[in-house]
Amino acid sequence: MVETIIQDISIEALRNGDRAEFAQLVDAYSAPIYRLGLRMLGNEQDAEDVLQNTFLSALTHLPAFEGRSSVLTWLYRIAVNEALMILRRGKPEVNIDDTDSSDDNDQISPTQFVDWSALPEDELLSAEGKQALDTAIRNLPENLRMVFLLRDIQDLSIKDTADTLNLTEVNVKVRLLRARLLLREQLSYYYGERMKKEKSNG
Amino acid sequence: MVESTHETCEGLLGSLSDYIDGDLGAELCRQIEKHIAECEDCRIVVDTTRKTIDLVHASNDPQTGLPDDVRNRLYKRLNLDDYLKPSAK
Ligand SMILES: [Zn+2]
Repeated sequence: MVETIIQDISIEALRNGDRAEFAQLVDAYSAPIYRLGLRMLGNEQDAEDVLQNTFLSALTHLPAFEGRSSVLTWLYRIAVNEALMILRRGKPEVNIDDTDSSDDNDQISPTQFVDWSALPEDELLSAEGKQALDTAIRNLPENLRMVFLLRDIQDLSIKDTADTLNLTEVNVKVRLLRARLLLREQLSYYYGERMKKEKSNG
Repeated sequence: MVESTHETCEGLLGSLSDYIDGDLGAELCRQIEKHIAECEDCRIVVDTTRKTIDLVHASNDPQTGLPDDVRNRLYKRLNLDDYLKPSAK
């Protein structure tokens, strides 16, 4: 989807200030960036701020864009930084840097062994189920959530996720695994409870 | 005795993401499949982790576009009003 559009956009034209080309860039990438903002910040006003600031910043910095990463990765990096600035307004301790990897070596051990994987899809993705999933994602620690959002929700490769967040690929993989296991734990607990209830209801 | 790292539950966990993403070589996949055929807990962890990722993908509709008012304000802010065509989809 998104990746196919990229070939039509000329970096050269963008750098030369071609407005039609920039409009095409905005058209192609505003939706995924807005969704990322929504997922990161959880409300529409902040997501809109991220969206606007990202493209304003892109406009300013385009002449210096060297094209070493893809435009999308570059835009995501700006968007992530914009979102982090908004997050930090409330809590200054947010940190996704490589230096803060002290806990990356702790293995997460699964504790829930309920097999809910065969439940029907419409039950797993009922309105209530979707909400449980959203809550579980929102509850992930910030440094894991960022990796998870880019890789599993925005569908970036491991390498692009690493580039976007200035992390090593190894670090991305470690955090991705931790994020997935934490989500799995939370969902196992949630669906496990539901399976118990259904059983007791007959 | 244990020959490969994937014969321990902890070793398997370390390769879980790569296994689910299909980034693991055939031999390592074979080791993991052998393990989960004999270890119910790990089989459940593999299946439910895979399902977790499936659900995330299924609940995240990439076709969800930008709300029209958000889009209008963005184009105005960027001074691109003249390129504001009616949204395609
Ligand atoms: Zn095992």
